[in-house]
Amino acid sequence: MKRNKSVFLSVPYMVWMVIFTLIPLGVVGYYALTDPDTGVFTFDNIKNLSMYLPVLGQSVAYSLVSALICLLLGYPVAYYIAHRQPLTQKILYMLVMLPMCMSFLLRTLAWVGLLQDTGIINNLLGSLGLARVQLIRTPGAVILGMVYNYLPYMILPLYATLVKIDNRLIEAAEDLGCTPLQTFARVVLPLSVPGILSGITMVFVPAVSTFYISQKLGGTDTVLIGDLIERLFKQGDNPNLGAALSLMLMLLVFICTGIMNRFGGDEEGGVIV
Amino acid sequence: MSKELIRLRDLTMEFDGERILDRINLYINDHEFLTLLGPSGCGKTTTLRIIGGFLNPTEGTVIFDGKCINELPPYERQINTVFQRYALFPHLNVFDNIAFGLKVAKLPKEEIAQRVNHMLEVVSLKGYGHRNIGSLSGGQQQRVAIARALVNQPKVLLLDEPLGALDLRLRKDMQIELKRIQQAMGITFIYVTHDQEEALSMSDTVVVMDKGRIQQIGKPEDIYNEPKNAFVADFIGESNILDGVMLEDYKVRFFGRTFQCVDKGFAPNESVDVVIRPEDIDIVEPENGHLVGTVTSVTFKGLNYDIIVEFKGFKWLIQTTDYQPEGATIGIRLNPEDIHIMHKSEYSGMFGDYSSYSAEYDELTADAADEEE
Repeated sequence: MKRNKSVFLSVPYMVWMVIFTLIPLGVVGYYALTDPDTGVFTFDNIKNLSMYLPVLGQSVAYSLVSALICLLLGYPVAYYIAHRQPLTQKILYMLVMLPMCMSFLLRTLAWVGLLQDTGIINNLLGSLGLARVQLIRTPGAVILGMVYNYLPYMILPLYATLVKIDNRLIEAAEDLGCTPLQTFARVVLPLSVPGILSGITMVFVPAVSTFYISQKLGGTDTVLIGDLIERLFKQGDNPNLGAALSLMLMLLVFICTGIMNRFGGDEEGGVIV
Repeated sequence: MSKELIRLRDLTMEFDGERILDRINLYINDHEFLTLLGPSGCGKTTTLRIIGGFLNPTEGTVIFDGKCINELPPYERQINTVFQRYALFPHLNVFDNIAFGLKVAKLPKEEIAQRVNHMLEVVSLKGYGHRNIGSLSGGQQQRVAIARALVNQPKVLLLDEPLGALDLRLRKDMQIELKRIQQAMGITFIYVTHDQEEALSMSDTVVVMDKGRIQQIGKPEDIYNEPKNAFVADFIGESNILDGVMLEDYKVRFFGRTFQCVDKGFAPNESVDVVIRPEDIDIVEPENGHLVGTVTSVTFKGLNYDIIVEFKGFKWLIQTTDYQPEGATIGIRLNPEDIHIMHKSEYSGMFGDYSSYSAEYDELTADAADEEE
């Protein structure tokens, strides 16, 4: 009865999971469904969520735009890396990973230093006698922050998929009359769909729940759902509403990954999120 | 036969300073079934890839229908390829794999459907159009790969060890099938294999290659019966290869004896390699033999026995249907037409001695050759 014994090996993580994931989730659920003042069971928090729909829409829009920009920037890079010599591939792969070795907060703060009104870029423009421009506290800055931080998560799954495409398939396409562009459209692109889907998921999911990037780089009107949750909890306004919002965000992420896995589900090569 | 279609002129290929092909000169006729035969690393696949347009030769030209096509990319050549291990598109079903080239050429839908369905019948896969590539057996995938290439009605079909991954029985069936398709469709086939039996049974012309050079070009019968050097003699079937001296036309001396033979045109007293095929040797009573030797090993092969016989320290392989026990003393007779004379070459002395022969060793090396490339 080997199988029964192997169950015991997973006990430590099971315990961990129950204490730090399932119980907190229950607490969030409890908060979401109770009244902040009386503690009585209520659907009011859920109903009140409707007023945050614009924020939710804004979060989704920012994240999707970032994911698409990451895809456009990342695909050519991943393609390039996948078609280099093995050693070059390793070096380039390391370079892509490198920013991830640095603190996320530090990376975002560095952008503040670059973009702010008296920051490096504006000072440079000023010293050249050019007009200073508003860079920070713009939607563009938020998207820039997201793209910068999450681009590696797009490149890596794309690279993993592209590097596995058999070169003989590309030769076969050329043999059957495809120009390089047609080969890409008819063979390489369809075969890299799993990588595209997991790349989009891996950018979209952290981007849609971020709060730090929008706080540091965005203006007062770029409030994302993550910011809202933080505010509702930390400033003590209404943790119950924040809990409800968290649940909704979780549901959204589930739906998105579900859709992605459905499209890429039966293909090989994708990184499963 | 018909007119010349492809000519390779002084084709030379170098990778990192290593010469893979050394001045290959070859012409291929329209409707011909030509096989490039040789051990792995002999340059046969490289030659095929140059014709297909996947490699650019370091030197030399590829002439197709009278025009140099060195600079033509693969997609502009009227040549299709059946790749080693098929290279079918995993994201397309059987129908769409076969239709691929026709769709790229933007043919009308009805014509595509009609031609693909016809090809499915030709390769005996009728009704398999909607199937996934992954659900097919090796033999079926092989036939899809052939159909995918042939549906474009190319002038030339290149086949790179197409049957290498199939088991023996399926391979025999597919050999017959391929030959039938080639004759029915009248397409030039350039076929790469390291299997000499396959080459001999299917081809109009066999090109034997080794070390990046062509060793011999000829009809299967000629290659077998009149090998040009010790390499060809050894690679195509089994051969006993001995040192001899050509005394004059039709007279050769080896093992201290003068034999009648059918070869002429050698210099007087020229040193030569003498080839004697194991199946040509007649076993007789010792007193009637040209040579007398001792049987040192016997292996049952099904059709015949492989026996190793020692003559004056030199071991010969003889194939016979008569059982001879180990240790028996036997005589052999050699008819003039059983003796083939070759000029000395760089391969002299390297092949044709069965002193270290063992059936198991033979099979081991054959397997190793299969796994390479």
